[in-house]
Amino acid sequence: MPNILRSETQDMRTEHDVVMGRQKVRALCNELKFSIVDQTKMVTAASELARNTLIHGGGGSMRCELLQEGIRSGLRVVFEDTGPGIANLELAMMDGWTSGGGLGKGLPGSKRLVNDFDLQSTPGQGTRVSITRWK
Amino acid sequence: MDRIPILKLGPCLIVSIQDDMQDQTALRLQDDLTNRIEQTGAKGVLIDISALDLVDSFVGRMIANISAMAQLLNASTVVVGMRPAVAITLVELGLSLPGVRTALNVERGMALLNASIEAEASNAEHPAE
Repeated sequence: MPNILRSETQDMRTEHDVVMGRQKVRALCNELKFSIVDQTKMVTAASELARNTLIHGGGGSMRCELLQEGIRSGLRVVFEDTGPGIANLELAMMDGWTSGGGLGKGLPGSKRLVNDFDLQSTPGQGTRVSITRWK
Repeated sequence: MDRIPILKLGPCLIVSIQDDMQDQTALRLQDDLTNRIEQTGAKGVLIDISALDLVDSFVGRMIANISAMAQLLNASTVVVGMRPAVAITLVELGLSLPGVRTALNVERGMALLNASIEAEASNAEHPAE
């Protein structure tokens, strides 16, 4: 289990929060000296999930954790909402499947952009998605 | 709500996206641009995204939509200035934006638009050729 060196939380309840969340993730990626490509991937994944939290989850929160495990450092971002949840996780992870008007790239696309991806959802109770990128 | 300015230069409309946009701002740009194409009869649309350090699926969809809508209104679109890291991320995300024309910078983008406008004009003059 990695050590959590620092943790920052932010509400995810408005479109402005999504923008602020992206900027926070970018600042932390910078702090960890991620390459430009790694930074862009992590911020893009966070942006997809932040929007999901807002639109599908009805709002929630984002928590950023700076991780240290042995000699490697990383950034974990956890999105939580108490929305309707995802009925069929397998379907939700399929490219092109969408419950709304989107492209269906958010979840499967985000997974491809990070090192670790964890999705937990209970219908009627909410959804928790965690993404990690290691340096 | 923020609004992205649209500049008119000859037969072209030029948009330079400078900021990390909220989703509503992106949607508004889509509306504003299609309205301006209708009002001005513009034949080309150039979208500069060199200042954007991130294009997620929402903004990617907006870009694809604008390109498709402009085409229905008889205008060509060119997206210029995409950063390499953004291109890498978009493709891994699963969005390769088929049907969207791109150029490396504004200069090349304008050349591309002007060439396609001229080609269309000469086709209209000599339809049989």
